[in-house]
Amino acid sequence: MTLSPLWRLIARYAALAYIGVLVLVPVALILWRSFAPGLGEFYANISTPAAISALHLSLLVVAIVVPLNVLFGVPTALVLARNHFRGKGVLQAVIDLPFAVSPVIVGVALILLWGSAGAFGFVQNHFGLRIIFGLPGIVLASIFVTLPFVIREVEPVLHEIGTDQEEAAATLGSTWWQTFWRITLPSIRWGLTYGAVLTVARTLGEYGAVIMVSSNLPGTSQTLTLLVSDRYNRGAGYGAYAVSTLLMTVAVIVLVVQVVLDVRRRRT
Amino acid sequence: MPARRGGTALRVGVATLWLSVIVLLPLAAIVWQSAKGGWSAFFSAVTSPSAVDSFRVTLTISAAVTVINMVFGLLVAWVLVRDDFPGKRLVDAVIDLPFALPTIVASVVLLALYGPSSPVGVHLQHTPYGVGAALLFVTLPFVVRAVQPVLLEVDQEAEQAAASLGAGNRIIFTRIILPALTPALLSGAGLAFSRAIGEFGSVVLIGGAVPGKTEVSSQWIRTLIENDDRTGAAAISIVLLAISFVVLFILRTLGSRTAKREELDR
Repeated sequence: MTLSPLWRLIARYAALAYIGVLVLVPVALILWRSFAPGLGEFYANISTPAAISALHLSLLVVAIVVPLNVLFGVPTALVLARNHFRGKGVLQAVIDLPFAVSPVIVGVALILLWGSAGAFGFVQNHFGLRIIFGLPGIVLASIFVTLPFVIREVEPVLHEIGTDQEEAAATLGSTWWQTFWRITLPSIRWGLTYGAVLTVARTLGEYGAVIMVSSNLPGTSQTLTLLVSDRYNRGAGYGAYAVSTLLMTVAVIVLVVQVVLDVRRRRT
Repeated sequence: MPARRGGTALRVGVATLWLSVIVLLPLAAIVWQSAKGGWSAFFSAVTSPSAVDSFRVTLTISAAVTVINMVFGLLVAWVLVRDDFPGKRLVDAVIDLPFALPTIVASVVLLALYGPSSPVGVHLQHTPYGVGAALLFVTLPFVVRAVQPVLLEVDQEAEQAAASLGAGNRIIFTRIILPALTPALLSGAGLAFSRAIGEFGSVVLIGGAVPGKTEVSSQWIRTLIENDDRTGAAAISIVLLAISFVVLFILRTLGSRTAKREELDR
């Protein structure tokens, strides 16, 4: 189907206009508003005590969530790609569940399970470990929403590379552990990297699930995203723009990593 | 890797335990909470005027957003696959920005252009159109990314053959291209709809939770939790989850059936 030159141009500019008014112009406007008052003003707004503590909390959550996702995600992907067992289909469906569940419902679910009146309320009531309205709650919410990333990036790579090399290593007498470190891990490293990058970005950016389980106090339990909404609601528009720009930088880095990895994958 | 029976069982066990603690048990807690309250509590929670209003707002806006997504998603995918212009790769990369951008940032970003301080004088804050714009923003990639790979694979020889037999663009589009794209289009639309009805972060600042006008169900759930009405929150959550699963299931079934019919036709 070949469009006449006129219709071709109309289609092109309609598509570009749609992306423009929806994505490009608003994003450009935020960048302009963030930097228009000068870099000094921008820096002052992202280095207030509340902002620094939000950055610390967000990075702390990332530092807990990413290793846990890798530690449990890689073995799960291995089991799904290499083994046949009963209930595999169910396991596959459960892994995709977090993508279909609203962040607010994630928050409700965690409150109902781990809150003081929930089935696991004894952790808080008897051991004094505050889950909901504490750091563990934020971590659990972040793991819930990021759980599929590492598994879904690593599993297809495992299918693609097959088992030839692993079997060869095994016949040559290497142990399971040696095979994993020398053969499997090096071949999944890019998929694993991308899965981890997506996990970092989503953890830093999660809002709905986190606001449900956090006490949202500036300086103690506010992550970067909670700080953005808190500042906006208090009428500090510029402060919200500055932190948004900071978070947007992370999103752009993710896109760059994605493009780079795509090119790399196509080459190999 | 050499299959070891004991090893496999152990690893399946660990994976299942991890998924259960993180995903399944919390979701089971919602069902449990709702069951504890009994059928009448569930019924009164989901039929309360506020709940019904929130369902109406959520479903109307999400349905409209899904339709717009199908039209413009198809158009954008078409332009990215069949057209060529400088900067095309950049536009292609920008499509993924809404997935990479935190939802609350999406809210702030849209308010900069369509909020009270809009430089173009468009003021959508606290209107259903504002909620719609936020949902369009966060669901932009679904249809585009579902249709794009399929459009790349569409048999251009069939199109040329049809053209040589005198078929016009409209016939080629409705008889050859659209049928091939339908499964992908539907599954992209299903994902977009399911995302839209649960969306919270991007809607919260721009919508402002005006009851019956912009308050979506996810915001109503948050209000219920803040008022310590756990059973009510659980009931609304179950309805939202059920709608999203049913939509995804129907669209997937429709999609695979269309795909099968395509196979048979060939």
